[in-house]
Amino acid sequence: MDRMPKWADVLLIPLISLTLAALLSALVILAIGEDPLAAVTMMVKGSLGSTYGWGYTLYYATNFMFTGLAVAVAFHARLFNIGGEGQAVLGGLGVAIVALSVPWPHWSLALAAALVAAALFGAGWALIPAYLQARRGSHVVITTIMFNFIAASLLNYILVNIMRPTGQMEPATAKFPKATHLPTLHDLLAPLGIPFSKAAPVNITLLIAVAACILVWVLLWRTRAGYEIRAYGHSEPGALYAGISPFRITMLAMLLSGGLAGMMAVNNVMGEAERLVLNAVEGAGFIGIAVALMGRSHPFGVFLAAILFGFLYQGGAELALWTNIPRELIVVIQALVILFTGALDNMVRMPLERLFRRRAGGGARGGAGGAGSSGSGGAESTAPKPHTRTTPIPGAPADEPAAGPTAADSPAASDPATPDGRRHPPV
Amino acid sequence: MTRNDPTGRPVTAAPDTSGPAHAGAGGGVGHDSVPAIELRGISKAFGPVQANRDISLKVMPGTIHGIIGENGAGKSTLMSILYGFYKADAGEILIRGKRVEIPDSQAAIAAGIGMVFQHFKLVQNFTVLENVILGVESGRLLKPSKAKARGLLKQLAEEYELHVDPDTLIEELNVGHQQRVEILKALYREADILILDEPTGVLTPPEADHLFRILEGLRREGKTIILITHKLREIMEITDTVSVMRRGEMTATLPTADTSPEELAELMVGRKVLLRVDKHPARPGPVVLSVEGLRVTDDKGVERLRGIDLDIRAGEILGIAGVAGNGQSELLRVLGGIAKGRGRVTMNGTPLPLEGAGADGRSRRAAGIAHVPEDRQHEGLIMDFSAWENAAFGYHDDPRFGSGTLMDNRAIQDDTRAKIERFDIRPADPMLSARNFSGGNQQKIVLAREIERNPDLLLIGQPTRGVDIGAIEFIHQQIVRLRDAGKAILLVSVELDEIMGLSDRIAVMFDGRIMGFRDPRITDEKELGLLMAGIADPAPATGGEG
Ligand SMILES: Nc1ncnc2c1ncn2[C@@H]1O[C@H](COP(=O)(O)OP(=O)(O)OP(=O)(O)O)[C@@H](O)[C@H]1O
Ligand SMILES: [Mg+2]
Repeated sequence: MDRMPKWADVLLIPLISLTLAALLSALVILAIGEDPLAAVTMMVKGSLGSTYGWGYTLYYATNFMFTGLAVAVAFHARLFNIGGEGQAVLGGLGVAIVALSVPWPHWSLALAAALVAAALFGAGWALIPAYLQARRGSHVVITTIMFNFIAASLLNYILVNIMRPTGQMEPATAKFPKATHLPTLHDLLAPLGIPFSKAAPVNITLLIAVAACILVWVLLWRTRAGYEIRAYGHSEPGALYAGISPFRITMLAMLLSGGLAGMMAVNNVMGEAERLVLNAVEGAGFIGIAVALMGRSHPFGVFLAAILFGFLYQGGAELALWTNIPRELIVVIQALVILFTGALDNMVRMPLERLFRRRAGGGARGGAGGAGSSGSGGAESTAPKPHTRTTPIPGAPADEPAAGPTAADSPAASDPATPDGRRHPPV
Repeated sequence: MTRNDPTGRPVTAAPDTSGPAHAGAGGGVGHDSVPAIELRGISKAFGPVQANRDISLKVMPGTIHGIIGENGAGKSTLMSILYGFYKADAGEILIRGKRVEIPDSQAAIAAGIGMVFQHFKLVQNFTVLENVILGVESGRLLKPSKAKARGLLKQLAEEYELHVDPDTLIEELNVGHQQRVEILKALYREADILILDEPTGVLTPPEADHLFRILEGLRREGKTIILITHKLREIMEITDTVSVMRRGEMTATLPTADTSPEELAELMVGRKVLLRVDKHPARPGPVVLSVEGLRVTDDKGVERLRGIDLDIRAGEILGIAGVAGNGQSELLRVLGGIAKGRGRVTMNGTPLPLEGAGADGRSRRAAGIAHVPEDRQHEGLIMDFSAWENAAFGYHDDPRFGSGTLMDNRAIQDDTRAKIERFDIRPADPMLSARNFSGGNQQKIVLAREIERNPDLLLIGQPTRGVDIGAIEFIHQQIVRLRDAGKAILLVSVELDEIMGLSDRIAVMFDGRIMGFRDPRITDEKELGLLMAGIADPAPATGGEG
């Protein structure tokens, strides 16, 4: 049996985690003498109460969709790409070069070229960590983190010394020409007679992000490459047996991941800032990890989680603007959400699993009916959690060398006494 | 509760304590009439699957009770209920006459129940000692617990032949010894009821013999043992009473002394089972696979194959006999494209690359080689994939399953449904993930996938490990059918019976070399045993290579 019904896995756990994070945040707000209820109202109003608020929420969500998908794709191959930040930085560089070096006749051509450039630059930045992982087993977690720092320094150098227009103080490129400015949601909805805030940065890239979610879903569950990525992610010996090359899959998954992260730059660099500045990514690469974890590495989950995080971002900004709640506290709240949905996932999951195991199989009757049907949910199983390939997981029965007949023979896979290492989040 | 078995003989559902079979049972202590374990009306369903239905069972103290049954009959489920992993939908459990609730494994341990799983639950980079005391350390400091455990382990080792060095790391132990650690863990927790679920599946024959000596010792001390196995020989050899399960029900319980393997097989499957392989003599055709001077070195630098020469012809089964770990696995792996090697291998006259490009599973399949790997859970299947995804595993490039980059999932699912039907895979649900099938049915998924490809050469490792006798008969038939269709088959098995029964020619491997070829009709277990031990016979019974 899968450990619990699918609906519990994809809905109940995130919901409980979020509630816990919200409660803890409320306590913190109370502790500094503010009214949590008022704060929530303000957050909701500020992010969802107007098209302006929505415009920002969706703008952030667009960023997070790209970085969340990036992390999710790599997760499926059991690779932990935390280099989304650096890959998005490089993507921005690609976008800036494309926007500034060609006199584009129309934004649509510029957009197409920028997407390609962003993806290529992002993927290029993932290339070396991917190669080092695939050939030498250097862990991508380490190498991609290092590449984040290199990316930041590189951009700094390029902006200060190469791309900064002469006479400008700020380390940033020149403004992109008008022909490369992307239509905002306002522009897109106006012909349909739907009013939308003119000031909000959300733009056509949102639609591309949604399309990316769908395409990634197609890739993972409808293509041979996706099948191989998932197979490799679940079992490396299995992949070898089937003739799936670990080298190829590692490269493929990492390049796809880097490309997706890079594409984020089209939204923030081309769609919003309309020039390349330092620190344009603003941590979206890291938020992507939380988004992927919360979205269970499923593209549609990523879509929803990205919107949630967009809401938190925008709501948080509003709070900081209008209340005495300091900006740092917003970061605390966001961190709590990340903590509960990501790192502390097991805290909610384990008791819940136990609960479901107790109840599982009570016939087709009652609540356990869901448990029974869960076994059939295998069509789109969630990605395996990444782990260090070289270290054996203590006590993980799945990694036993002993060949054995029945999986059904080890219902103890989540025996609390010998926690199943596979379930531990990677952080 | 009395039932008629298919032979028409009445069978008592619980052994009579005063019966002769029990009185002779090892002369255990604690001869009272209270059963050590009593189950009453246990039922358990997983959604639509009724894994256990109204099961009642009594096991007397100081006896070994065997449980047999087809794959998916519900044996492991029943034991998992007894050990607190699943909660029964109905029914009650009595331990030494007292009703107990077993909500989790801690409660089971408190009730004196220990369980040895097929997949051990040991911490690989802890020592034996640390594993034994894990979770039951007394006090805050480790040292006193360790000292106490060390003393106890020594005592247990003497008493039951449970020798293991307490300071070795688990990862350095072979499976047989790891299993001893599992037993030690249970005994350290003062279990006097021990459940073993298919303990011999992964053991070599000498290791299995040793295990049985341990179990006999435990019985002598009055411990109660439940043994699940698919091997009727083991049931006959060591148990006092035996229960048969079928499709979730316990259909019979009888004293072992009063039954025979044939009768048990029939009770299990519900029809007469052929315990021998039924086949005509082979009609070998041209050589399909030819191997010369094949060498394989593992990643630790140890040479595992040291120059193998063999030919396999169309329409013959070449069986590789040998004690596990003498290079059989490497032979399969290098031919299957998983491991790298050196030497010369040709398939239908074309050389096969042994390293570099073209030395992978994909190219081997393209060359007409199918491979049923020894380790179905880690290699042959992706446990988290559904049955249909697994049914295309390795063949997911096949144009039948979609052209170009897109996969035609519908086509694969239909194909899987057909395979499920032909191989009688249960439950017949292509959407179910591989993990949720019982062992035998998992094996059938792999077999169906590989055999239905109609390969020129089938590599097949441990085809019936953990598989029930009904399915064994079926699997053997399929292998023979493929042979009769003119295909070449390389069979690796640690079951000597299987090798003897199925092979047309036997090669005995020892220490990475082939000790000799034998004709199964002429040779016997004794001769093979000597060869397997590396004792070369100067006068081979038949010239192996044709
Ligand atoms: N956790 C589970 N979820 C859903 N179905 C299950 C689960 N565990 C077992 N089953 C089903 O229950 C039935 C009984 O399985 P069980 O593992 O008890 O069989 P078994 O007798 O131990 O078989 P084997 O000899 O192959 O080990 C099978 O049909 C199996 O598919
Ligand atoms: Mg079982």
